[in-house]
Amino acid sequence: MKEQLMVSGREISNLYPHVDVWGFGIPLYLFIGGLAAGILLFATYYFIKGKADEMPVTVKVSTIIPPIIIAIGLAFLVGDLHHKAYFWQLMMHFRLESPMSWGAWVLTVVFVISIFWPLSYMDDLIVFFEQNNKKWLAKQFKKVQKLINKLPVIPWFIKFTQRNRKPIAYVTFFLSIVLGIYTGILLSAMNARPLWNSSLLGPLFLVSGVSTGAAAIMWMSNNEAEKKLFSRIDIGLIIIELTFILLLFLGFVWGPEAQVRSAEMFLGGEFTAVFWGIFVGMGLFLPAILELFELKGYHIPIAIPAFLILLGGLIFRVIMVDAGQISTYLY
Amino acid sequence: MRYAMALDIKKCVGCADCVVACQTENNVPIGFARDWVIENGKGVYPELFLHFESQRCNHCDNTPCVRACPTGASHVIDGGIVKVTHNECIGCGACIEACPYEARYFHPDGYVDKCTFCDHRVSKGDNPACVSVCPTSCMYFGDLDDANSPVSKILRERQFYVLAPEAGTKPQVYFVK
Ligand code: SF4
Ligand code: SF4
Repeated sequence: MKEQLMVSGREISNLYPHVDVWGFGIPLYLFIGGLAAGILLFATYYFIKGKADEMPVTVKVSTIIPPIIIAIGLAFLVGDLHHKAYFWQLMMHFRLESPMSWGAWVLTVVFVISIFWPLSYMDDLIVFFEQNNKKWLAKQFKKVQKLINKLPVIPWFIKFTQRNRKPIAYVTFFLSIVLGIYTGILLSAMNARPLWNSSLLGPLFLVSGVSTGAAAIMWMSNNEAEKKLFSRIDIGLIIIELTFILLLFLGFVWGPEAQVRSAEMFLGGEFTAVFWGIFVGMGLFLPAILELFELKGYHIPIAIPAFLILLGGLIFRVIMVDAGQISTYLY
Repeated sequence: MRYAMALDIKKCVGCADCVVACQTENNVPIGFARDWVIENGKGVYPELFLHFESQRCNHCDNTPCVRACPTGASHVIDGGIVKVTHNECIGCGACIEACPYEARYFHPDGYVDKCTFCDHRVSKGDNPACVSVCPTSCMYFGDLDDANSPVSKILRERQFYVLAPEAGTKPQVYFVK
């Protein structure tokens, strides 16, 4: 028998019995980063392929979402800081060694681009909403457009975006892959947490983020062909995601003791039910099956699989952040 | 120069004087601590064994906490001492997640705080506060590059271990057994 007791000193609630300094803010931030990366990835990819007019929802309409959610994500990130008044220090340094640093920079650049991308399509968006009986939205967008045209500098940037869409699309495509990987690397760089210390976390978070992006586009789409395309993409991504999860756990189970112990939390331990039942079962398997039925011709409201995938993506990140903080090399 | 500390687990009685000395010396707020004492029990009654470990930041040679820090607030100074510049710290918690020893905590003012090996005393040639108050003199401090420092001497003479060496941080707080 072996036992360890704290005699004196460190009964600090967010450190003992295990680290608990990252609450809901960080997983939400990672979810938002992945979702925004997914949407921008598809928007710029199909733009580069010349499908802007064929797939207006993917290339134009869906890109309204990233700037809004990234703003929310950044608010949560700042809200989670303990020394908030010094937030600007993050923007005074660039450290390649620290994912927290370069990730924040990538997110900032993507945020700026993501604001101007939909703004550069303002006219098309208004026409789109009018054609699709979204009169109220069309009216609001017209108001926004009027307001923006009165502002200094901004119209110049919008024109710049319109003129240079191609290079901007290439850059954004690349940056959204970096952003998607970053959401995983932020965790895997912490070699103190055996559960996070796997290089598979980067690609896994990227694929998961891209699949949430595909789900969001699918949900918004009004066009059957587009919906079918993204259903198919989503099924493919879910299969890749399942493979990565399998490989991740194989790596842990065959790894050093600390990683075996951290994997045990998912293989019989406290996270077994939420991870396999709720995330893998309801967030991956169920939507994949529903989409297969949909493709076979059964009528299934697309909102159901889309919602399940999005919720699954969020739950996955909450579980990984929570469980990772419990996993440790000590004791 | 490479500062290090060695603790003799055969001598430590778990009195936690080191914890109190640090709290007083460094104005650590009530309810927090930069060092702490762990009781390790082993065996089955009546064959029971017990030893104490006074733990703190290991001032690692390979510092995951410094790597994780987005602003450079966490940094290494002369002698390998790992410190945090309070007004550069944004309180993101990345370094707390990156440290395998849970040696860092959020100060109630928001920034991250941790053991400094009492660099303000050490630079004057004194021992850290914890080392100087230990009633059983179980702690040894000094420069590993100096073969005559107390820490070099005891590490030469006795067997020792470090905490979680498999985390790859090359900790510089040694426990002699
Ligand atoms: S013990 Fe933790 S805080 Fe101290 S140097 Fe090592 S990793 Fe950094
Ligand atoms: S909490 Fe402070 S010291 Fe720690 S990584 Fe963040 S900015 Fe650096």
